[in-house]
Amino acid sequence: MENLIALLVGAPLLGAAVLLCGGRRLDKSGHWLGTLLAAVSFVIGLALFADMLGRSADDRAMYQRLYTWIPVEGFQADIAFQLDQLSMTFVLLISGVGTLIHVYSIGYMEHDERRRRFFGYLNLFVAAMLLLVLADNYLLLYFGWEGVGLASYLLIGFWQHKPSAATAAKKAFIVNRVGDMGLSIAIMIMFTTFGTFTFGPVLASTGEASQGTLTAIGLMLLLAACGKSAQVPLQSWLGDAMEGPTPVSALIHAATMVTAGVYLIVRSADIFNAAPDAQLVVTIVGAVTLLFGAIVGCAKDDIKKALAGSTMSQIGYMILAAGLGPIGYVFAIMHLVTHGFFKAGLFLGAGSVMHGMNDEVDMRKYGGLRKYMPVTFVTFGLGYLAIIGFPGLSGFFSKDKIIEAAFAKGGTEGWILGAVTLLGAAITAYYMTRVMLMTFFGEKRWENDPDGNPPHPHESPKSMTIPMILLAVGSVAAGAYFEFAGFVEWLEPVTGFAHGHSPLSAATVTAATVAVMVIGVGLAYLQYGRRPVPVVAPRGSLLTRAARRDLLQDDFNHAVFVTGGTHVTRSLVYVDHTLVDGVVNGTAAAVGGLSGRLRKLQNGYARTYAVSMFGGTAVLIAATLLMRAV
Amino acid sequence: MSFPLLTLTAAVPAAGAILTAAVPAARRTAAKWLALLVSLATLVLAAVVFVRFEPGGERYQLTESHAWIKDFGVRYELGVDGIGVALIALTALLIPFVILAGWHDADPLETKSSRWRPTQGFFALILMVEAMVILSFEATDVFLFYVLFEAMLIPMYFLIGGFGDRAHSGSDENAAAQRSYAAVKFLLYNLVGGLIMLAAVIGLYVVAGNFSLTEIAEARANGTLEMATNTERLLFLGFFFAFAVKAPLWPLHTWLPNAMGEATAPVAVLITAVVDKVGTFAMLRFCLGLFPEASKWATPAIIVLALISIVYGALLAVGQRDIKRLVAYASISHFGFIILGIFAMTTQGQSGATLYMVNHGISTAALMLVAGFLISRRGSRLIADYGGVQKVAPVLAGTFLIGGLATLSLPGLAPFVSEFLVLVGTYARYPVAGIIATTGIVLAALYVLVLYQRTMTGPVKEEVRELPDLRVRELAVVVPLIAVLIFLGVFPKPLTDVVNPAVQHTMSDVQQKDPQPTVPNVEAAQ
Repeated sequence: MENLIALLVGAPLLGAAVLLCGGRRLDKSGHWLGTLLAAVSFVIGLALFADMLGRSADDRAMYQRLYTWIPVEGFQADIAFQLDQLSMTFVLLISGVGTLIHVYSIGYMEHDERRRRFFGYLNLFVAAMLLLVLADNYLLLYFGWEGVGLASYLLIGFWQHKPSAATAAKKAFIVNRVGDMGLSIAIMIMFTTFGTFTFGPVLASTGEASQGTLTAIGLMLLLAACGKSAQVPLQSWLGDAMEGPTPVSALIHAATMVTAGVYLIVRSADIFNAAPDAQLVVTIVGAVTLLFGAIVGCAKDDIKKALAGSTMSQIGYMILAAGLGPIGYVFAIMHLVTHGFFKAGLFLGAGSVMHGMNDEVDMRKYGGLRKYMPVTFVTFGLGYLAIIGFPGLSGFFSKDKIIEAAFAKGGTEGWILGAVTLLGAAITAYYMTRVMLMTFFGEKRWENDPDGNPPHPHESPKSMTIPMILLAVGSVAAGAYFEFAGFVEWLEPVTGFAHGHSPLSAATVTAATVAVMVIGVGLAYLQYGRRPVPVVAPRGSLLTRAARRDLLQDDFNHAVFVTGGTHVTRSLVYVDHTLVDGVVNGTAAAVGGLSGRLRKLQNGYARTYAVSMFGGTAVLIAATLLMRAV
Repeated sequence: MSFPLLTLTAAVPAAGAILTAAVPAARRTAAKWLALLVSLATLVLAAVVFVRFEPGGERYQLTESHAWIKDFGVRYELGVDGIGVALIALTALLIPFVILAGWHDADPLETKSSRWRPTQGFFALILMVEAMVILSFEATDVFLFYVLFEAMLIPMYFLIGGFGDRAHSGSDENAAAQRSYAAVKFLLYNLVGGLIMLAAVIGLYVVAGNFSLTEIAEARANGTLEMATNTERLLFLGFFFAFAVKAPLWPLHTWLPNAMGEATAPVAVLITAVVDKVGTFAMLRFCLGLFPEASKWATPAIIVLALISIVYGALLAVGQRDIKRLVAYASISHFGFIILGIFAMTTQGQSGATLYMVNHGISTAALMLVAGFLISRRGSRLIADYGGVQKVAPVLAGTFLIGGLATLSLPGLAPFVSEFLVLVGTYARYPVAGIIATTGIVLAALYVLVLYQRTMTGPVKEEVRELPDLRVRELAVVVPLIAVLIFLGVFPKPLTDVVNPAVQHTMSDVQQKDPQPTVPNVEAAQ
């Protein structure tokens, strides 16, 4: 069975190669080929999963080694895979949700003349993401890590004739590269410390490294995670990434790629367990982003950007949980999977709404859509209930566990983290209710498109609604299934698990979670359900205005890095042209009397000088040799 | 006497150059085909060298030795180690693509105001450069190397000054003046470097009594040739200065943007991908091989200059308005990485630096040649004159992006392997330098993607609306280069097999051992 692992990556990679190099003759069939190859990965994943379930819990990891990638003395990087329970969970999520989104895209991208290329990029993404979670060493993980970054770049900028899309794509890649720098440095430290960067030996010998080293590795891994998972302070690219086609937002920027940071931290559990300072920073980043994303999500009128804020916030939950150590790892992954279902479903629902509304994204110009798009309404509604943690649905189980674990961290830290997660739950309920009410309820606030056509909201074709229905099923049932089928026991052999000592009973936490959810829903209802929604956004409080601008963090980046950087490069260009060039030429002049020659370069004598200099060299050589002979 | 294979790898392009130059004026096309065939024959010979070379064998193989100037102990002495083999392969691989890409660059112009360009001369000069570069990778006699190091300036000078890029914003006279300035600047910078090296070569002869690299290195290693500390340092500096001009290292780099900007794209590739490699190659072979103590003494300063090159080159690339100058500054940044890897003096650093020379050659060729195709279509080198090309010429844009991604060292493409090895190798000995160099990967993403965004994306500019996509000849240039980039990106073993033993030799020249992991016996714990 192990030999099938490479095929998981190979099938979609083949699809990408064929679709991107195949040319126009594949325009008619390319999307089917792409979808088929993603599905092949999923089926192989299921077969491996069945095989894995048949083994005992401590013997489930499978390995496949292909060849040595970079053979240099003392530095062995292999193309080798490791499929354990953690990787398996991701394989099923990536290939499963990935296949559904391929199907959805057949309908969504039907009228795009570059649909074949779109499917090629999607296949490339699936291959790179699977490589990321299947690698057995950090360098190969880095290969996948940058590979998904490339796919993300290509897909955000898919409509690159729009300057905003091209800019967003570039921004995403560059911000991610800052994170990638962290991953590079982490690998460099691992290599000098352990002489290897393969998971097995590195994670097994963390006990022998100094705590300072482990903290440094942990913080560098966190930097990488911040880039890929859009955590503060590297979160600014995610909102802009919504320029990509909506299926991309669903697959890459909600369900899978942006959760890679969580994978990285959970995969490196042994390092973080031995570096409590790094763990503390992880929880702080998670807590800050959790609130940051939620606040931004409250203020956005663009439905996709509101959902993007929400994604940031939900990943904040996961990062926070991952920072809690063994009491949180399992729940971080559990929330990651349930979030994969409901957030992908919500994005596909948003795409379906846009599809019916002339690609309008402003929720203030929606309203009353539930009657026109019943399937979208119901599936989106179930996703909504799941994300706010409505009792019994997926989000309820996974988020509740994280809140419990946060309190169980113990001490003042536990109280603070617990309070933040509860507050986040309230805000989540608020902004998601706002999205729901503004889109599907209230009166119609529709506007004609720029060409004067009124919108004709209609239900989307089957290729789009079926994936939405399947994801809604997951949003409803996944949490309960994990709860009762033993997700903790499944992952424990890989990530470890510990019960914390919560100062509050589980029932109290659950009651509090439900209570804050009701408060959040209620507040949103009072504001957006009871009163008509203005088509033009009111000016709003200072906080609202700041939140609309991503809490000014982007403006800060722009002022410091973009504007500041432009000044730096412009002045350097000047310095290089005048100072460096001048000083070097001047020094040469001082030494060899070249200045006169250089000044006369443009007036025709240049060649004479060059030739005479060359001649001089020849004479010098001859003279030296002659001297020697005499 | 064995078969003179190494001589042949240089003699074939040299003879080809003479034959090409002799083709009658009217038979331009025949001259082009002749040059292409000669370059392909050289590629076959280089492949034979690559196969015949035994990685586990002697340090210098396929050696040839003949007396040349007996009175002064100058010998015609050739031999290759793994580093030389890799760079000969790079040179022989790139030249056919350079010729093919420059197919029409030296055609006579229709406008009367311009001079007639001797097509035959253009291709003959390219082959001449190839012959000299290959021979310089093979020379194990210091004097022979010096002669080649200087002589290759002549054909390069004529290639830069005589055959400029036709895409120019100014008038014809202005263009000619700038071209002439660039060519002379190139020549003077390199000549000054060469003169200082000449002094050092003579000094070395005075001290050692002969010019043989192998003999001197051996005498140094077994202690029969002592050098006073100051003498060694002075000689080292003499050599290093010449190589640092050619490589080029900050602050001696300013000739490169002029030369690459004014030359045609294929000649720009010849400069940065092939000729400049002689500089970094010579640092490994002559600086480290002949003056190990002085090399270690100078290392801190050189590391600092290399770091400045990396960051400074990248920042300047971000600020460029001219596509070709942007690639030139990117190359300066990359040469910083190569020099950093060489002087980190770790196995990973030096293997990485050698691979970097090869990979940078191929990736820059891919990026620069596609940029040249683009520039020749629109007649402008300015980034601002483009926009939305992706829409009208998707294949051109796609290949340009792949060249760019290689330049920013994306995993899966060859330059990633070498860049990461250099970073790891540097970090192992100089952690702070390693971390500073890592910022290069962010800046590279910036200059590549900004260039791509401004030229290829956005609304289609009126002037580019009619641009044709890549033609068959151009595809024949780009596709093989991309294939090599991908192949060496996922399977660099054929190259590392050849390079590794040579790096071990260099490491023992400088008597350096890799820093050991702080947590030992990890493998045992597994």
